[in-house]
Amino acid sequence: MTAAAFTAFAPFTLLGAVTIAVMLLMAIHRSHHLIARSTIIGLLLCCIALPLAAPASPTEVTPLFAVDGTALFYSGLVLGSALIVAILSYAYLEGSPQGPREEYYLLLLTATLGAALLPASVHFASFFLDLETLSISLLGLIAYTNPRGNAAEAGIKYLVLGGASSAFLLFGMALIYADLGTMSFIRIGQLAHADGAADLYCLVGVAMILTGVGFKLSLVPFHMWTPDIYEGAPAPITGFVAVVSKIAVFAVILRYFILAEGPADASLRTGIAAIAILSMLGGNLLALLQDNVKRLLAYSSIAHLGYLLVAFLAAGSLGIEAAAYYLAAYAVTSLGAFGIVALLSAPGPGRDADRIEDYRGLFRTRPFLAGSLALMLLSLAGIPPTMGFIGKFYLIISGVGAGLFWPVAALVAGSVIGLYYYLRVLVAMAMPVPAEHKAAPPEAAPFFGNAVIAVLLMLLLALGVYPAPAIALIRMTVGATPW
Amino acid sequence: MSLLWLLLVPAVGGVLAWMAGARHPAWPRWIALFVLAVELLIALSLIGPAMSSGQTAWIASLDRSWIPQLGISFELDLDGLSLVLILLTIALSLVSVVISWTEITDRVGLFHANLLWTTTGVIGVFLALDLFLFFFFWELMLVPMYFLIALWGHEHRFYAAIKFFIFTQGSGLVMLVAILVLVFVHQQTTGHFTFDYLALLGTRMSPTTAFWLMLGFFLAFAVKLPAVPFHTWLPDAHTEAPTAGSVLLAGILLKTGAYGLLRFVVPLFPGAAHAFAPVAMALGVIGILYAALLAFGQNDMKRLVAYSSVSHMGFVLLGVFAWNTLALQGVVVQMLAHGISTGALFILVGALQERIHTRDMRLMGGLWGSIPHLSAFGMVFAIASLGLPGLGNFIGEFLILLGSFRASVPFTVIAAGGLVAGAAYALLMVQRAFHGRASPRPGAAKPVDLTAPHLAVMGGLVLAIIGLGLYPQPVFDQVAPGLAVLQHNGAPVLLAAGTR
Repeated sequence: MTAAAFTAFAPFTLLGAVTIAVMLLMAIHRSHHLIARSTIIGLLLCCIALPLAAPASPTEVTPLFAVDGTALFYSGLVLGSALIVAILSYAYLEGSPQGPREEYYLLLLTATLGAALLPASVHFASFFLDLETLSISLLGLIAYTNPRGNAAEAGIKYLVLGGASSAFLLFGMALIYADLGTMSFIRIGQLAHADGAADLYCLVGVAMILTGVGFKLSLVPFHMWTPDIYEGAPAPITGFVAVVSKIAVFAVILRYFILAEGPADASLRTGIAAIAILSMLGGNLLALLQDNVKRLLAYSSIAHLGYLLVAFLAAGSLGIEAAAYYLAAYAVTSLGAFGIVALLSAPGPGRDADRIEDYRGLFRTRPFLAGSLALMLLSLAGIPPTMGFIGKFYLIISGVGAGLFWPVAALVAGSVIGLYYYLRVLVAMAMPVPAEHKAAPPEAAPFFGNAVIAVLLMLLLALGVYPAPAIALIRMTVGATPW
Repeated sequence: MSLLWLLLVPAVGGVLAWMAGARHPAWPRWIALFVLAVELLIALSLIGPAMSSGQTAWIASLDRSWIPQLGISFELDLDGLSLVLILLTIALSLVSVVISWTEITDRVGLFHANLLWTTTGVIGVFLALDLFLFFFFWELMLVPMYFLIALWGHEHRFYAAIKFFIFTQGSGLVMLVAILVLVFVHQQTTGHFTFDYLALLGTRMSPTTAFWLMLGFFLAFAVKLPAVPFHTWLPDAHTEAPTAGSVLLAGILLKTGAYGLLRFVVPLFPGAAHAFAPVAMALGVIGILYAALLAFGQNDMKRLVAYSSVSHMGFVLLGVFAWNTLALQGVVVQMLAHGISTGALFILVGALQERIHTRDMRLMGGLWGSIPHLSAFGMVFAIASLGLPGLGNFIGEFLILLGSFRASVPFTVIAAGGLVAGAAYALLMVQRAFHGRASPRPGAAKPVDLTAPHLAVMGGLVLAIIGLGLYPQPVFDQVAPGLAVLQHNGAPVLLAAGTR
């Protein structure tokens, strides 16, 4: 490894060091405050290290990783999101009466480590190892609030289905390796296109990889696990599953397709388009039936990943930029939404505030959180002046520019359906306060919880009204990546 | 620069009103009143001749970089047409604040914030000349309007608000796709990726492409106008909205649809719009008659006024697609007159409901005896609505019919029947509500007549509608340069229509 490689890889090395330091600290002194704060500070340091590593990029770090603009941008999104999840978790677990709370942060850090490295992976080995680091840590996090039955259920479901999806992924990788004799994305791209049409081994291999990734991204028809796990997991972890793991997996699969598949096979593109359309329509239609806000957001996230596939199909520079902006918008919005659910809930044997009735009259009892949630929901629905609006606009530009008629039509139809259930939550918040809640006004959310929501809200509005700086950043990092 | 103030003043005013609401319920009202008065002064100061230079006739314009990476700029331009509509917007917003003084007692701050933000969005729509910016404001104005209906409306407000939102947002997204295809087509022919309206004018494309794109724009504006068969959201939204919401919806939001047809559909796709004109005019005529018939059959007074509104907008659709000077002048006057008369009728229905707690005309009758002022104003605006000469609506409808006579005789003849139908429902409303024998309302106290603020507002509106009816020339002078430019850009329609 060269010096440049060390510099470029420094944020990831630092994250690994933070993980070990937190583990050692836990052995010395068990304290929720101490562990949570050192986790937050550690993640913050990693975020600060990213721009410092930028001058050394693009560079290859061993054959396994490439630290370039794309990797830095998506890792930045992952680390920033993980930081916010850590702060929200601190607020969430602070109210928890019993049980060890410190290991939670350790798992959070290892999951983040896997997720942050995924966008930099350029090799099947690193792809798979990072993905497993992420998934196995998540397993523990999902089942963390163990007094609740449904958390354990969600954990088991994630274990079984996640295992199955990993098996698909591995089998697909193995087929491609058997055919081409290499695991590096770039070499695969060179070899696969050397002899014209892709052969059956490669095609089946890619299809299996897509299946495995489809599970992780919860695309229809691989989405069955999503609502149960979103509902069962503690609210901050739901945000982590919805945002961090999705961003990381999307980034690596985007890189794989650009490097290894190039102008992908026509049948493959048709298949992806079908998955996109099914996800957009299926996610939105199923969300209509939900009375639970977490399940509703789960189905809505299925639809949002479907929207993202439009940019994926469009590829080209516009599609790549659109995907990057949309993921940033999705991260801010979803973290905000799940963060508010987390701030309204408390851990322990009870349940999170996740039924629509829990939100009745929120505009009166918790005006700040209700107003923020309203804007987050409007952003998810793609209404100005929010990031979600610009993001959706960007996606439609990329889709129209690539001439993707059916996916764009499904995007429009899905957005219209989506409005209905987002507005349902808004309406519930505007309704009068139910009588039984009037007696005891809810206690205020912790200050730093509100502060995180305020920061997200400011980002949401500022980049929704004036997105030029964000687009410039995306062009500077993702757009400047030599593929 | 004053164009930017036109947007900033109500937007910031809304935030102030919201914050002030937490301190004292009266403050937001005064803030809103003050903000709108300032806004009115800014808009009045802009009245004047246009700087006519070839293809444009702007009174004022502003162009700032916004999202340069995507060819989007913050471009605001004001011509006579925009100015007249903006003045109407501000005037009706002022009226809305005054008439909500006693009706809205709940979350006063948020109410006035939403009212001012709706105004901001609508003014933005009338000013924006970058297609992305236009779409931004187009979507933006929906949200506060949605809240106005959903939070302060009547019994079925949630249903009505969601229906309103989904109809307008859905059609808006279709327009967005059409905008983007237009931008890409323009990029293919010229190499420039831009959302600038002036650059996109005269983009060359195949007739088929032009037709589909035109349809995409038309759909969004036809829903907003609303044209039959896309009108079903309107009666619900109007009926369930609070009085101020109905005034804003009828008075201004519907006008954005007509404005879009004038500004975008015909000039951007002249050929396709001409080919489509017979269909659009047919929709207009069907709207006039069908909505009049529905209005005739209503027992709910607010629904009657709502359907009459659909009927009046049918005239606008007819006039826009006749696309000659007379018809377009008629369209402008019809928009203003409809804003005033329908707004006034909604205010009166709202006042009536506040007093006798019903909108059902079967339970009314003989109100003239107990509340003469309200009843008298009701009659004035009912006959304005039916198109009595001397009042604004007559000028609008007459000019539209005169203009469309040149374009198509059969449609004009049928549309003229709408005037008769209008007379029927308007007079029936007066008859059932204000005349006849008073229906017994056991236990109800004698209703009080209009109070001083309401009287002042109604007096102002009566003066405006009479002024528009007797001396509409200043309006024509103000909009003439702008309309001439629009007509020039939509020229093929004019030529073809003239030869028919």
